[in-house]
Amino acid sequence: MNISELKSKHKPLKQMTYEPKELYRGYTDRTLYINLDTNDVMIKPVPARMKEKFIGGKGYGLRLLWDATKPETKWNDNENEIVISPGPICGITQYAGAGKSLVVAISPITDIVIDSNVGGFFGPFLKFSGFDALELQGKAKNDVIIVIDGTKNTVSIEEAPAEEIDSHILAEQLTEMYSDSTDPRDMKNISVISAGHAADHTMIGMLNFSWFDIKRKKCRLKQAGRGGIGTVFRNKKIKAVVVKSAGVTQDPNHVANMEAIKERGARFAREMKELDPHQCRMKQEGTAHLVNIMNDYNLLPTHNFKFGSHKNADALHSRVWNKKFTQGMNDGCWIGCTMNCAKAVDNFVLKSGPYKGQSVIVDGPEYETAAGVGSNMGIFDADTVIELNFYCDTYGIDTISFGTMTAFAMECFENGIITKEHTGGLELKFGNIESALELIHQMARGEGFGKIAGLGVRGMKKYFAEHYGADMNFMNDIGMENKGLEYSQYVSKESLAQQGGYAMTNKGPQHDEAWLIFMDMVNNHIPTFENKAEALHYFPMFRTWFGLMGLCKLPWNDVEPENNAQTDEPAKVPEHVDNYVAIYNAVTGSNIDKHEMIRQSERVYNFQRTFNIRRGYGLRKHDAQPYRAAGPVTVEEYKSLEEFYDKKMKEDIGVDPAGKSVEEKVAITRKYRENRYEQLLDAVYERRGWTKNGVPKIDYMKKIGMDLPEVIEVLSKHQ
Amino acid sequence: MGKITVNGHEIDWNDNMTVRNVLDRMKYSFRMLVIKVNGTIVKREDWETFPVPEGADVKVIHLMSGG
Repeated sequence: MNISELKSKHKPLKQMTYEPKELYRGYTDRTLYINLDTNDVMIKPVPARMKEKFIGGKGYGLRLLWDATKPETKWNDNENEIVISPGPICGITQYAGAGKSLVVAISPITDIVIDSNVGGFFGPFLKFSGFDALELQGKAKNDVIIVIDGTKNTVSIEEAPAEEIDSHILAEQLTEMYSDSTDPRDMKNISVISAGHAADHTMIGMLNFSWFDIKRKKCRLKQAGRGGIGTVFRNKKIKAVVVKSAGVTQDPNHVANMEAIKERGARFAREMKELDPHQCRMKQEGTAHLVNIMNDYNLLPTHNFKFGSHKNADALHSRVWNKKFTQGMNDGCWIGCTMNCAKAVDNFVLKSGPYKGQSVIVDGPEYETAAGVGSNMGIFDADTVIELNFYCDTYGIDTISFGTMTAFAMECFENGIITKEHTGGLELKFGNIESALELIHQMARGEGFGKIAGLGVRGMKKYFAEHYGADMNFMNDIGMENKGLEYSQYVSKESLAQQGGYAMTNKGPQHDEAWLIFMDMVNNHIPTFENKAEALHYFPMFRTWFGLMGLCKLPWNDVEPENNAQTDEPAKVPEHVDNYVAIYNAVTGSNIDKHEMIRQSERVYNFQRTFNIRRGYGLRKHDAQPYRAAGPVTVEEYKSLEEFYDKKMKEDIGVDPAGKSVEEKVAITRKYRENRYEQLLDAVYERRGWTKNGVPKIDYMKKIGMDLPEVIEVLSKHQ
Repeated sequence: MGKITVNGHEIDWNDNMTVRNVLDRMKYSFRMLVIKVNGTIVKREDWETFPVPEGADVKVIHLMSGG
């Protein structure tokens, strides 16, 4: 079916024309609300207090989601929302990494708020079309496409029965359908949000945000991966959201001081040109440069996080990705990004599934994907990683969760907890490529064991215990989830700070709050509980700020100024922090300093914690971690590093391992490490101004200026 | 056998040990490093030859990256 035939099948449900509004200093001061139960489309002003306290991005998302839902709202209730908000800095093109959107919803796998940070052109185009955020509420009866046309100032909802579901096709179809012509200069003004078939059948659905790559003349995809937002999207029967922009001008944000932004941007561009080739090689390899490094430091998860390195890890080495990725392209996921780390594999011929034999472009793999669907599943084959990456993307599922949950299922299989009888014949052993590929196709078809695995690690644990009589204690030890979210791909056993960086997060164990492994485990810079607590305050707050602004984290510390090591706090990259303060002030006309920057984040971070508490979560018990995140669960794991663990036992615990069985040594190590984690919780809660139960203290909320009545009402029940 | 300390961890020292030998021994393959031997910063171009004396306190600071 050609594009006009597809469009002819559309049935208009609603069209609204709106007054255009230009951005002023990064804001339009209004949001767009769409209700799919009633097909209502409304424009809402942003109250001054909301702007002051919540800033933008994730802050706006949380505020709107709080107001839209009740404490007992479930992910598949009509009132649950998906809120997409870019933030005030989003859309500038003079500094790297300024095209991000933050997406929030009540998650199907955690039952709390999930937030996910994503590139692509949608966020900037939404702003240029006149809106600081987009709220999607309700459920359509049949599949719909929502079109925000910033050139004609219209918003429409259309039933769209004929387009494909899978993202690599749907993004191309809709980009062509809504573009003024097939000229790439027009095509680049369209961005599409979509999911895929597996988001219909699993709890780990994600959203793709597209942009049109002019050089390749193809749609590229970036993912809001974590926490099942794609599942919510498809539950609402949204096939896609399309935004059309009139194009990108020099200063669409109408910033307060463009020269200041340009000066910082030029400085950063010089660093990328001169230093990146000797530092992380982001421009050539993206985050995949980390695979072999993590393997060398025993941090690369292999076989469901049992081990941190593998003899075959060179098959996923950065030099392999360097060759697979097309070099010499401007691979930014937003205009003007000089980091250019959105690498892609071109002309990849698929060997399985419904698109077998087709030549496709694959965005990535990034580090998390290479580790998740590669080493953690025992798969050391680059082409299989690329194939799984492609199918996760087009089917609309999160590569991180897919990797961690499949690794968990594989370990259960190898331990006899599940058998071929339960998996429908799949031999789910580590490294079994055919089974891994079949599993993902089953998820897309909503069939067989794919449906069970698609429940996520927490869902599988429950299912295996209820249906197969599996030992819940063992599964809790090896099931790498916290708060219901699957762990991202770093082994945290030897970094207590990183254990906190994972399990004390608001949304679940994603590394975007704090990545402290080198500071803690390697540099030995934060040896005391107080040091670790300070790091677990500062870095989550600092990194929250990117999500308020519409910024990418990578340009902060994946290239660093040459003199960074000589600064007073090199881990913070002070020159780049100063860039961000200067850019925020230059965009908005404000006059904040680096301390107020942290304060802005503290308000939103603690609001999110309060949101979790309001929903019955967010307490100390919810910050518990699976023991595998902290130490060796099994004899096999202990024996893999027996000399190392024995030495630690003698030096750190003060117990002589001589004469003890491995089982005894596992138990002694566990008791010590679990106790250390509890001490860490105490220290971090104290530093964050929380009670021993992990609840923000009312005095602290007053001090940071976040003592909103609805917040105090929730917290006062837990002081 | 003599010892040196690397990021607070004691390891064996050997004759003619260089900064490069220390990095190899520790499997420190990350590229964004700042190295100090007894408080003196060692430039990257000197890593292959800079001697590490017995008893030295070596700091290999990994600039964060990751995540």
